[in-house]
Amino acid sequence: MKLDSRIPQGPLAKKWENYKNNQKLVNPSNKRNLDIIVVGTGLAGASAAASFGEMGFKVKSFTIQDSPRRAHSIAAQGGINAAKNYPNDGDSVHRLFYDTVKGGDYRAREANVYRLAQVSNDIIDQCVAQGVPFAREYGGLLDNRSFGGAQVSRTFYAKGQTGQQLLIGAYQSLMRQVNAGTVDLHTRTEIVEIVIVNGKARGVIARNLVTGEFTRHFAHAVVLATGGYGNTFFLSTNAMGSNGSALIKAFEKGAAFANPCFAQIHPTCIPVHGEFQSKLTLMSESLRNDGRIWVPKKKEDAEAIRANTLKPTDIKEEDRDYYLERRYPAFGNLVPRDVASRAAKERCDAGFGVGATGLAVYLDFKSSIERLGEETIRSRYGNLFQMYDKIVDDNPYETPMMIYPAIHYTMGGIWVDYELQTTVPGLFAAGEANFSDHGANRLGASALMQGLADGYFVLPYTIQNYLADDIRTPRMTGEEKEFVDAENAAKAKFEKILAVKGNRTVDNLHKELGLVMWDFVGMARNKEGLQHAIERIGEIKKEFWTNVKIPGTTSGMNVELEKASRLSDFITIGDLMARDALQREESCGGHFREEFQTEEGEALRQDEAFAYAACWMYQGENNAPVMEKEDLTFDVVKIAQRNYK
Amino acid sequence: MDNNLSLTLKIWRQNDAKAKGRFETYSLDKVSPDSSFLEMMDILNEQLVNEDKEPLAFDHDCREGICGMCSLYINGRPHGPDDDITTCQLHMRRFKDGETITIEPWRSAGFPVIKDLIVNRSGFDQIIAAGGYTSVSTGGVPDANAIPIPKPDADEAMDAASCIGCGACVAACKNGSAMLFVSAKVSHLALLPQGKVEAVRRAKSMVSKMDELGFGNCTNTGACEVECPKGISIANIARLNREYLCAKIQD
Ligand SMILES: Cc1cc2nc3c(=O)[nH]c(=O)nc-3n(C[C@H](O)[C@H](O)[C@H](O)COP(=O)(O)OP(=O)(O)OC[C@H]3O[C@@H](n4cnc5c(N)ncnc54)[C@H](O)[C@@H]3O)c2cc1C
Ligand code: SF4
Ligand code: FES
Repeated sequence: MKLDSRIPQGPLAKKWENYKNNQKLVNPSNKRNLDIIVVGTGLAGASAAASFGEMGFKVKSFTIQDSPRRAHSIAAQGGINAAKNYPNDGDSVHRLFYDTVKGGDYRAREANVYRLAQVSNDIIDQCVAQGVPFAREYGGLLDNRSFGGAQVSRTFYAKGQTGQQLLIGAYQSLMRQVNAGTVDLHTRTEIVEIVIVNGKARGVIARNLVTGEFTRHFAHAVVLATGGYGNTFFLSTNAMGSNGSALIKAFEKGAAFANPCFAQIHPTCIPVHGEFQSKLTLMSESLRNDGRIWVPKKKEDAEAIRANTLKPTDIKEEDRDYYLERRYPAFGNLVPRDVASRAAKERCDAGFGVGATGLAVYLDFKSSIERLGEETIRSRYGNLFQMYDKIVDDNPYETPMMIYPAIHYTMGGIWVDYELQTTVPGLFAAGEANFSDHGANRLGASALMQGLADGYFVLPYTIQNYLADDIRTPRMTGEEKEFVDAENAAKAKFEKILAVKGNRTVDNLHKELGLVMWDFVGMARNKEGLQHAIERIGEIKKEFWTNVKIPGTTSGMNVELEKASRLSDFITIGDLMARDALQREESCGGHFREEFQTEEGEALRQDEAFAYAACWMYQGENNAPVMEKEDLTFDVVKIAQRNYK
Repeated sequence: MDNNLSLTLKIWRQNDAKAKGRFETYSLDKVSPDSSFLEMMDILNEQLVNEDKEPLAFDHDCREGICGMCSLYINGRPHGPDDDITTCQLHMRRFKDGETITIEPWRSAGFPVIKDLIVNRSGFDQIIAAGGYTSVSTGGVPDANAIPIPKPDADEAMDAASCIGCGACVAACKNGSAMLFVSAKVSHLALLPQGKVEAVRRAKSMVSKMDELGFGNCTNTGACEVECPKGISIANIARLNREYLCAKIQD
């Protein structure tokens, strides 16, 4: 298969305008006869579905939660980037574009990222018009803060609840369309299969999570906006329901899965504290502005702390190793996420980790409190400190916080061209579900921007260009053979899982997968480990299909069955991640191969050989997937090694 | 060092919306006080599956107090014994060894039970659909800084907007009223110039939708404010009544 990114002609800054000037449009009376399915109601899905409805298309929207407002986007804390340059600190569309490509370690497509930067300003305007209560200055204008990886202040925020407020804005717009009758909303409904007719995506099979009933839904085009697949690792900062199943359905129907191994590990999460743990909580990155990260200098101190015979506050200043400040004097505690994460792992692996498990480092506010006073620290981070205290039962004003890296975001996803169309005609992917804009590493506050850019300002144009050729395609009834077959296939999968009747619970198997992923496909990877991981994942797959234990039946609500079906897809994703990490013999962004590092332990890209997006194609249930390449060319950006020393 | 808890759990079970529900009693040992309440529920479910019994259905997703999905009535209080948090943020160290914990779904006419501890809160979505938005479509809006908004107004709107739509207010209210939820949305939008334009119409349609869906009347008991995990103030209800519903009398 030839991967055609369909980048419009013209200079970078003119491409999007050229595209819009030349694309096909659908006239209003035809829009009414065209159906679009949007899977997911996070920032990407809700904004797309609402916009399509406003334009006059007939939309069906699906979410697995009980309300569109509960999509995982709700949990984003920090903020959203835009190139407004309100603070007049030299920001521009070009600079936001450049920072994003550089931050992604030169593994993203220039044209897409440039468009993202261009529409970023429209997003802020749109959200303000919806009533999103962004933070303001006393003069009444919008406030900005700075975020990692940028020298300008371009992040808009709403307290520590930016994702919540943006999603509520999009959700309200969506509900307005539900009220207007343009959007048909299906909550507690999971898409379990994509229907292809004559090579084009023409609908989905849905499973009602309350009744267990399967239904068929036709559309002229299908948009997947189902979020990321970080939960492959079992423990992550993602919500419990976040999953990669729709992506795997698309993959199995011929959509390429690009760069699956590009996953982001966030350095400041509350460490794992027990076997019963169900998820990891993110502590905002902003804490690194005032907290200093350290571990004991002496191994015996670290051991004593782990044995609970010594407290961190007992350790003298000269016996503390502020390893980030030591290794990266220029950026210190503010090095990018991947660098900070690996440095923590390095210290813990060397035996200097703290906490009961030895897998934690300290984030200490003592010197900031001394310098700025407790009140200032409280006003900046009070809610985070309280959250930490509730979870860990420890007061961070007195004892340093413990943190450890955790899986947070997946840059990889379904491959899309400039129009956000996958390799399956009529099937589009938006938000975290696609691979498009962040390369090998995502900058803070850029995921919210991308989700809303895709949904409000890109898809409403590009999907018309596709649908304009489809105005004569009549609606299908769902009785067509393709729909019947797809429903039967979906049902058969659920029946097959139930029929195993083994001895292990879904969570028990998922935890095993998570450990393999974390140990061998996590923060630091190497050839041997990855080969081992592929083998182990194969074994887990076999174990799943011979030994999983699910109570109940397919009818009615069956949460274990839902989880099992998602786990079977996580196993496929885990395998893809390991294979992709194995073939990428370089270190870049969130992907660190131990064989490819400088003498100081810094990531070493191999631009000559690996400046491509790795696109995996499904070859059937029992065959290994095959990789195709989309070569990346950089016409505007100058490739350089990152340096934070 | 073993400070693990042994617990007796009295939990509401109900097969589906139509079935008659009942309490069942379970015992659970070796629960770490560091685990969260929902992790305790996970452990119980794992045990039930291993014993070939049906696990409990309960709603949850983010597990960090922001999605509004979790919804348990624990020992007679929505979101349990701790203040200003959601069920998913509750930890087992709040409970004593040997304690009996009673766990029920939200109980309210507006929130029918779907299964076990899961209720149907789609009424909230319908109330929002009735008018909880500004009527702007994508594109063609003014620059974000075109209208300055006084910081105190923006901050107050933000406070009202932090409602997570969990429904604890309804569950706590003896009348089953959704006024705290509705007033939070009305206030959030009315406090901003972008939302002020439609404020009266919005308030009226949201309140009448609430009535239509079988949520009760507000008699100012204040129970909602006490149980709201996000500290939404009943001052919002006063604002709604004062500024918008009095308009009803005028027309
Ligand atoms: C704790 C945390 C903090 C973050 N903070 C920030 C931040 O400050 N700034 C930033 O830019 N980014 C942040 N991110 C990242 C960002 O929040 C996400 O990348 C983004 O919100 C994803 O949006 P989405 O619309 O693509 O998907 P999601 O919001 O994940 O939505 C997925 C939707 O798909 C639905 N769904 C899934 N599978 C199916 C199926 N099979 N059938 C039907 N429906 C399905 C779900 O119900 C849901 O509605 C953060 C992420 C986390 C975890
Ligand atoms: S007002 Fe409070 S209790 Fe009611 S839904 Fe909102 S957050 Fe929940
Ligand atoms: S699970 Fe999201 S608020 Fe509790």
